[in-house]
Amino acid sequence: MIEVKNVSKGFGEKQILKNVSHRFEKGKVNLIIGGSGSGKTVLVKCMVGLFEVDSGRIEYDGRNFSEMNFKERKPIRQEIGMLFQGSALFDSMTVEQNVMFPLTMLSDLSQQEKTDRVNFCLQRVNLPSSHKLFPAEISGGMKKRVAIARAIAMNPKYLFCDEPNSGLDPKTSIVIDELIMEITEEFQMTTIINTHDMNSVITMGDNILFIHKGEKWWSGNEQEILKSGNPEVDEFIFASKIMQHLRK
Amino acid sequence: MKIFFHLGRYWLFMASLFGKPEKFSVYRRRVLEEMESIGVSSLGIVSLISVFMGAVITIQTVYNLVNPLVPLYVVGLVARDTMIIEFSPTIIMLVLAGKVGSSIASEIGTMRVTEQIDALEIMGINSSGYLVFPKMIAAIFIAPFLVLISMFVGIAGGWVAGELSGVIPSTDYIKGIQYQFLPFNVTFAMIKTVVFAYLITSISSYQGFYTDGGALEVGQSSTRAVVYSSVLILIFDYIITQLILI
Ligand SMILES: Nc1ncnc2c1ncn2[C@@H]1O[C@H](COP(=O)(O)OP(=O)(O)O)[C@@H](O)[C@H]1O
Ligand SMILES: [Mg+2]
Repeated sequence: MIEVKNVSKGFGEKQILKNVSHRFEKGKVNLIIGGSGSGKTVLVKCMVGLFEVDSGRIEYDGRNFSEMNFKERKPIRQEIGMLFQGSALFDSMTVEQNVMFPLTMLSDLSQQEKTDRVNFCLQRVNLPSSHKLFPAEISGGMKKRVAIARAIAMNPKYLFCDEPNSGLDPKTSIVIDELIMEITEEFQMTTIINTHDMNSVITMGDNILFIHKGEKWWSGNEQEILKSGNPEVDEFIFASKIMQHLRK
Repeated sequence: MKIFFHLGRYWLFMASLFGKPEKFSVYRRRVLEEMESIGVSSLGIVSLISVFMGAVITIQTVYNLVNPLVPLYVVGLVARDTMIIEFSPTIIMLVLAGKVGSSIASEIGTMRVTEQIDALEIMGINSSGYLVFPKMIAAIFIAPFLVLISMFVGIAGGWVAGELSGVIPSTDYIKGIQYQFLPFNVTFAMIKTVVFAYLITSISSYQGFYTDGGALEVGQSSTRAVVYSSVLILIFDYIITQLILI
């Protein structure tokens, strides 16, 4: 469980996050949704410590992450996996080396144990035979899967995904969403997905946080969101023709 | 005002390189890889430039020596000292600023804008230490060898040019390059080389590391890396020469 308490964050004069508080549950996929530029990525980056919050705090199962220094954060960092919007695979390494990298750098496993773990993770994301390929040689959907494999290599307790569906076709999007859901259940992780994909909202919106202009605007689950009565939420949810049609 | 911001951030960046390595063996392997990519891959261009520099210095010196009282072996001596003191360390390192500097800045800049550096940070890895420190060590270690090779090749180039054009007899040239040889000049050149290697790698890494934006900005960082390292090489060339030779 991760708790965000009264977090504010700005860049220079510009206030991006305004006093956001929310609780992200364990063993569940938690969604952060909102329009482009609403501050979803900034919130996620504050949570994982890539940005420092201006005020407020982030707690990982009661551990106050915001007050820790680089060294104190290390143990928590090793419990965090993150899937970046552009996958962020290391270009100079093969698929196998990418997944093995955190194990090599941070664990004391033997070569055999590392290889086994890499095989397990790549198997888990249904990529059993691409070990020797480089990121430039595989498709966007495959990159996402390798990135997921790398993110779960260290068996994280917390998994962050920044727009896991961006740049993917609808079918591949669903496959990735399902994969994230399955993994979350299987390893009982606290998963946080930042998305504006309505399909993801409908299929895994157990705990949704809607951000509007950097503020917590609404929260609830996928059933409640369809009849929230909140004009900004409705505008977001029923933006597409299909959703408008469904509403009628 | 901006220069103070950059100087401050540069020193913080330098300090951040010296964290405890996560895995010593990984760093050692990274240093070897970087030596290969910085050193071995530059051998061709370094030799090519050096041979022509030596050749041109030799012919020009002959051309400028109009006084018949000056013995011809002085040409060899001039070619030797020019290569050792100035051309090999400074010109070669300026060329490396272009070749190595731009590649470091664009490599690290691309990693920044594609969030690969964030991915390292998330894992709890000291990203600047992991990416930059091995490059710096490799460059500082390998650059003196490149410059030594340049000295030999350049002096040999002068000899070949003298032979081919017939402007200076081989015996005079060889006498010249042995005449009153000061080993300290080589030491002086090595000091300059190490400083320049540090400047190139640290400035280019800094430019790459703080790239903000996308592909366009990566290109700009890479250009800035080359320009700033070249200018600083020239400034430090002057400073070191004044400090040591006077
Ligand atoms: N490093 C940064 N420096 C300054 N402004 C930023 C930075 N990162 C994001 N922003 C600004 O924060 C706002 C929210 O961005 P972001 O969180 O990326 O939106 P999204 O909800 O689409 O993920 C945008 O206006 C963006 O310009
Ligand atoms: Mg975003």
